[in-house]
Amino acid sequence: MLRDQDRIFTNLYGIHDWRLSGARSRGDWDNTKALLEKGRDAIIEEVKTSGLRGRGGAGFGTGMKWSFMPKTEGARPHYLVINADEGEPGTCKDREIMRFDPHKLVEGALLASFAIGAHASYIYIRGEFVREAEHLQVAIDEAYAAGLIGKNACNSGWDFDLYVHRGAGAYICGEESALIESLEGKKGQPRLKPPFPAGVGLYGCPTTVNNVESIAVVPTILRRSGAWFAGLGRAKNSGTKLFCISGHVNKPCNVEEEMGITFRELIDKHCGGIRGGWDNLLAVIPGGCSTPALTREMIENCPMDFDGLREQGSGLGTAAVIVMDKSTDLVRAITRLSRFYKHESCGQCTPCREGTGWLWRMMERLDKGDMTMDEVDMLFQVTKQVEGHTICALGDAAAWPIQGLIRNFRPVIEQKIRARNASAA
Amino acid sequence: MSNENEMTSFAFTPENLEKAKAIIAKYPAGRQQSAVMPLLDLAQRQVGWTSIAVIEAIADMLEMAPIRVQEVVTFYTMYNQRPVGQHHVQVCTNICCLLTGSDGVAQVAKDTLGLDWGETTADGMFTLSEVECLGACVNAPMMQINDDYYEGLTPDSTKSVLEAIKRGETPKTGPQDGRQFSAPAGGPTTLGELTFGTEKA
Repeated sequence: MLRDQDRIFTNLYGIHDWRLSGARSRGDWDNTKALLEKGRDAIIEEVKTSGLRGRGGAGFGTGMKWSFMPKTEGARPHYLVINADEGEPGTCKDREIMRFDPHKLVEGALLASFAIGAHASYIYIRGEFVREAEHLQVAIDEAYAAGLIGKNACNSGWDFDLYVHRGAGAYICGEESALIESLEGKKGQPRLKPPFPAGVGLYGCPTTVNNVESIAVVPTILRRSGAWFAGLGRAKNSGTKLFCISGHVNKPCNVEEEMGITFRELIDKHCGGIRGGWDNLLAVIPGGCSTPALTREMIENCPMDFDGLREQGSGLGTAAVIVMDKSTDLVRAITRLSRFYKHESCGQCTPCREGTGWLWRMMERLDKGDMTMDEVDMLFQVTKQVEGHTICALGDAAAWPIQGLIRNFRPVIEQKIRARNASAA
Repeated sequence: MSNENEMTSFAFTPENLEKAKAIIAKYPAGRQQSAVMPLLDLAQRQVGWTSIAVIEAIADMLEMAPIRVQEVVTFYTMYNQRPVGQHHVQVCTNICCLLTGSDGVAQVAKDTLGLDWGETTADGMFTLSEVECLGACVNAPMMQINDDYYEGLTPDSTKSVLEAIKRGETPKTGPQDGRQFSAPAGGPTTLGELTFGTEKA
């Protein structure tokens, strides 16, 4: 198990003071000037060494992403945009960072912005997180007042402004180009890529979009070294990670653990085991609702990291682990997700706009058992017509939970259909 | 509170006008359109919903076509396109809440308020809505009332919260089941070895 001294989010549960003085007592803002003096290239190199992969779901190398930004600032200013539009069902980790450790995010924003040559950064926080946005704003105001950000931030000679921008209830704005559109004051509809944000992002300027957790771990990585972070977890899956474990465990919780911890250890150590015991485990959605559900056999000893879960045909995503015991009506649960995707489709691409509706309606029928096994195969086909045929990944995200259900839980589907046929006969 | 027939014009209060100017200043010159979402929120906080009059006033202020503001209003769920009650009760029924009892929470909310989804009480006190995931999943099931979250709900605690609001009280926000925010029930399994600065262990 990860040692406490290797945990980054030391106020995860809001036990300590989240304001500047409390944050300083936990090591935040400790000689940040010296970190900035390492220089842009050295900071990016250190983050590359750490092996940090984006914590928002896709798992792209953070240092690598930063290195795509132009080396020198041209006529167009650079921007860092921080994705705090946390909305993937099951995910509730960035919320804890923003309300209880906001200075880690503010300090990380300064360091990351400096590394990519940005003098301004926007934190796009989901609109419902009103109290979290308030804490964040207090932290930002404190940092300005203490000279940590603003003109000549930390006496480094670097000018840096940081702003909070609240969303207003649209899951799709967690997609980086939709988020940029939204930040520009438009509907949040994803952009075609290329061009990527590093070339043409916010206001047409070079932009890096990073998740809250990715940014908030940067100060600690720079203080303790990339090698320290890389020494935790497995190769290419390094570091610590905030896991959100919800559903049918005895004690649901958020917890920071080492990447690659097995599912069994994660649940037994922190969540008091599966409700009703391990034999009562039916299914686990391991990385937020978009990732396909796995059986006990697939996940029990699986390392909880990007590659471990990919080998099982699912993904780490946001590390939002949704546990379902045998009392669960799994078809109903997945049907609820299909309704969610239909609600959240932005309507731009036909396969997603129409497809999510088709998928939901078919799932509603399946939930009633009103379907033949041939039609279940057709449902799978429909998911394949949506997946990969849209501008952004929402279409894929709508397809995968249903594919996981059909691939891994066919007996559950057959039982549903048999039960209906039996009651009809 | 305004209703659909009432609001023929809208203007920010002097205090909110100052706030609006400060919001616009957060964005680069010429990029004032970026302020459309926060200004709609500010206006909604002032008058309760985003009427056509609100849309036109903000469009004028940001030099946008009203239709572009209207697009924003209709795209995002948090803008109320009609008046809502003084207390907007939003119950999450997405997967984590579903697994932990949102059916019961939803039923009690409906019964206690005498409302179905999307309805408002005759006295204008409560509106009840079903919403998608609000991002408090390890503290499910939960509901949001105006700006605050109520988590770790049971049918009983749901009823207590709503009855307290009915009586004009301000119930405790956050977890209703005694948990330390998102820590496991009974206390954290981690971080116990650490003390900070002047704090005592």
